[in-house]
This record gives sequence, C-alpha cells and structure tokens, in this order.
Amino acid sequence: MALKEQWIALLTIIRREIVRFMRIWVQTLIPPVITMTLYFVIFGKLIGSRIGEMDGFSYVDFVVPGLIMMSIITNSYGNVVSSFFSVKFQKSIEEILVSPTPNYIILLGYVFGGVIRGLLVGFIVTIVSMFFTDLSIHHLAITISIVFLTSVVFSLAGFLNALFARGFDDISIIPTFVLTPLIYLGGVFYSIKLLPEFWQGVSQLNPILYMVNAFRYGMLGASDINIVTAFLGVIGFIVLLSCACLYLLAHGTRLRS
Amino acid sequence: MTTALSIKSLKKVYSNGFEALKGIDLEVNEGDFFALLGPNGAGKSTTISVICSLALKSSGSVHIFDNDIDVDFSAAKKCIGVVPQEFNFNQFEKVFDIVANQGGYFGLPKKTCAERAEKYLRQLGLWDKRHDTSRSLSGGMKRRLMIARALVHEPKLLILDEPTAGVDIELRRSMWKFLKEINAQGTTIILTTHYLEEAESLCRNIAIIDKGEIVENTTMKSLLQRLDKETLIFDLKNELQICPNFEDCETTLIDNLTLEVVVKKGTSLNYVFQCLNEKDIQVTSMRNKSNRLEELFLSLVKSDKG
Repeated sequence: MALKEQWIALLTIIRREIVRFMRIWVQTLIPPVITMTLYFVIFGKLIGSRIGEMDGFSYVDFVVPGLIMMSIITNSYGNVVSSFFSVKFQKSIEEILVSPTPNYIILLGYVFGGVIRGLLVGFIVTIVSMFFTDLSIHHLAITISIVFLTSVVFSLAGFLNALFARGFDDISIIPTFVLTPLIYLGGVFYSIKLLPEFWQGVSQLNPILYMVNAFRYGMLGASDINIVTAFLGVIGFIVLLSCACLYLLAHGTRLRS
Repeated sequence: MTTALSIKSLKKVYSNGFEALKGIDLEVNEGDFFALLGPNGAGKSTTISVICSLALKSSGSVHIFDNDIDVDFSAAKKCIGVVPQEFNFNQFEKVFDIVANQGGYFGLPKKTCAERAEKYLRQLGLWDKRHDTSRSLSGGMKRRLMIARALVHEPKLLILDEPTAGVDIELRRSMWKFLKEINAQGTTIILTTHYLEEAESLCRNIAIIDKGEIVENTTMKSLLQRLDKETLIFDLKNELQICPNFEDCETTLIDNLTLEVVVKKGTSLNYVFQCLNEKDIQVTSMRNKSNRLEELFLSLVKSDKG
C-alpha cells in the first residue's frame, strides 16, 4: 500500500473514531466534565479550603493539574478500549482486516482517536477549572508534551486491553481494579512527601505518579519526582506498549482465527 | 488465461486441533462465475477466511491474481472484495459511511469513495437509506449493503459467502441479476451457497468441498451431464390412494394428487404417458424437478461419507 493510501486509511479510521465519540457526546464528553466539576467543588473548594497549602500551593491549585490529567487518562483509555472492543465484538473490525491497511496504521488510527478524545475532555475540564482557580502555565512545552504522551500511553494500553478482551467484563476489570487505584494513589490528591518513606518508595513504582507530577511541574513548577525520569518512563511505556500491540496484531491474536 | 485464484495444498488446523482444510487445491480463472459448495462445516467459510486474511493458514499457498499472500498480501487484498456470511458492519454507523469508509481503508480518495458509494448504493436500491443507521435496515437490505461495501474498491475478484441466505425469492432474483451483470463486466465471482438452484443458474464452474477436501471440481455442464436420471412431477386429476408401479421407472406418490416419476436419462416421455394411460391416470400438468444439482450434490457428499 502506497504511503498516500496509508495516509488516507489513517485519516479514515481517525475520522470514524471522532464521529463515533461525537455522536454519543452525552456519554463521552459530558460525564467526565460533571465528575471533575464535582471534584473541583468538593475537594478544591469545600474541603480544600480547610486543608490549607500542599507543596506550597493552595489545595485547589495543587489538585487541578492532577484532575485534568485524571480525565485525560481515563478518557484516552476508555475511548480505545470501548471502541476497539466494540468493533471486535460486532466483527466490524473485519472491514479493516480484509483491507490492505497495515497493522501500524490500524494501531495509529485507534490511538489517535483516543488521544483526540482525551485531549478534548482535558481541554473542557481545563476550561471548567478556570471557574475555580486562576490557571498559570509554568512551562508550556512540558505541559503540552506530557499531556500528549500520557494520552498516547493510555490509548495504547486501552488497545491492548481490547485486543485481549473476550467479553465486556474484561474491558471493565482493568479500569476498575488497576487504573482507578493507580490514579488515586498516583499523587493526584496529595504530595507523596506526606507519606512515610517506605510508602514514598512504593508510590514511585506507580507510573501515573510520574505523569501527574510532570504535568503539575509544567503548570505549577513543582514536582515530587525528576522530570527527565518522568519523560523517559513515559516514552519507555510507549515503546513497550506499541511493540506489544504490533506483535499481537501481526500474529492476529484474538482477531484472526 | 489469467488465474484469479490459485490455491495449492492449503491446510488449516485450528488451535483446538480441528483440521478444517486438508490440503485443498483450487483454481479459478479470471472472469469465471464459480460455485464453492459443501455441507455445513465442510470448510467453505474457512477457505474464504484464509483467502481474505481473517484466518491464518497452517500450510500451503494462495495466489490472488499472481500475488502470493505470503509475499504481498496488500496487493492481493486490493484484488478481493468479500461479502461474508454474517453481518459484520457497525450497527450504529450510517449506510453511506459504512460503504465510503471501506473505500478509505483501501486508500481511495474521499471524493472517489463518495462517488462509488453513491453508484453502488443506487444500483443496489439503498440510496434512499443512505442516512439511516445500518441496524434499521431489513435483512435483505443488510445483505445488499455488504455487497455495496465489498464493491466500493471495485475488486477484480468478488467472494460471496451465502449472499442470499434469508433473502426472499424476489430479492434473490434481483441479486442474481445484479451479480450476473457485474460478472459480465469482468468481475470474477466465487459464490458459496446452500441454494443449489442458485449455483446451477449462476455458475459456470463448480467445486464441492466436504470434510476439508475437494471432492469434485469441474464445469457445471459436465457435472449436470453426469445425471443419469430425470425426475418428473405429475399433477393428477383424480386422487390416487396407492402408488402405481411402472416398469423401468421409480415412482413415489408425494400426495394423493402428485406423482413423482424418476426415469433413466433418454427415456421417451411417450413411454411414461403410455404407462400412465395404462393405469388410467389422468394428468393435468407436468414439470421437471427443478433442483437437479441437489441430487448430484447429495450423491457426491454421500459417497464421500460412505
């Protein structure tokens, strides 16, 4: 397949993904915004005003970057896992499998679909957060790049989950039992400096901690971890997950009999 | 003549150990209208799945218009359009989008996709439904939608896996007409079907597959010539209670007013009428049993089982 044809195939998949999540915007765009607004009201304003400062910032300022990142992670992951599993379940994935579209274009198409939804929800949540605090960006390049790379990581993870999933239970197990605990324990609501030394060490095994802190550094200029380590870790995850997805696609795992 | 499809020693063993294809060989020439018949579970759909990459072969080779699927599957796939047995489109997508997007997966520019989608949706009588979601279509419309989708990249080889299953007679005839037209325009067609009448009226060549092996591969004409018997159905004027016996004929009383007579090929009809007259049986009408291929099919599959 010529490069131009591959480009058209990629755009087709991305366009179809955007049409899909925009068609059901009440399910895809509104709920995360409502959830995050409640977080801003309760943790940011009501409880946050009694907590005082965290890492030298008001609690609402501290928690906003984490909550934006949380919405980006869950929506990037959720978009790809539900969309790809749905086409697998309905067998409409066969439309692409019988075409000459290469595997890496299929992967890129779904990943970009997830990234676009993640970033769109992140953008809306950011707008909402401005009603609760004055946002400032300490380092624009770090902020944008970590947001993009994080949404790529979780789109890839969602794709991997959807590839392996045999039923609807399988696409809810990972978000419920793995993703949510990692997000909540990933420094969204607190600085790990508050934890005893042992738990600080344990927390550093959580990849989401690095993403949340890198994003917080981009916005506030404060972080519990080294920014270079965070970027290297995120890029490492992208390479690892991409290789895993492409390997499974090449072997037709759970797609071709 | 160019070979549209060449399969050599194709084997497919599923992960549970079931050997679906036991080394089949098959050739289909360009421009042919080819029937691939077989009972349920014989290996028809597995063969199609391997050809279009939905199943991975265990061994053997497949060439599509000289493109080896092991070497350049991308080029091979461009030559194929597939209409699967089961509906496999997104139930929530619009009819037009399903067809146009398929063109996109084949790398066709958006404008071409839109033009082709309109062309085939119009030809298949679905243009008025283009803004509807696919789940709102009737069964027959869904079948036609899958044909339009398979044609959007204008493949040289169209493979249809039971395209008229569950479709009413009127619609089936209109689909036959459409398929004959695109075959006449040069598209090679491979058809699997349970309606043997369909294969008999559409296809020039035929292969019969059973238990993962090709048990017959010949022209429709030569296969039908092998029939050494002819079945005649007589509608009777007066009711019969007992089935009459005619010499050199097999008779079956289907009901009190319908008599089936099987005669050896070449037997004079006058002889049959003479027998009827001798038994004082009045006939109001007579017809050939339409599904001649069915008898051959059953005998081939049966003999293989025996």
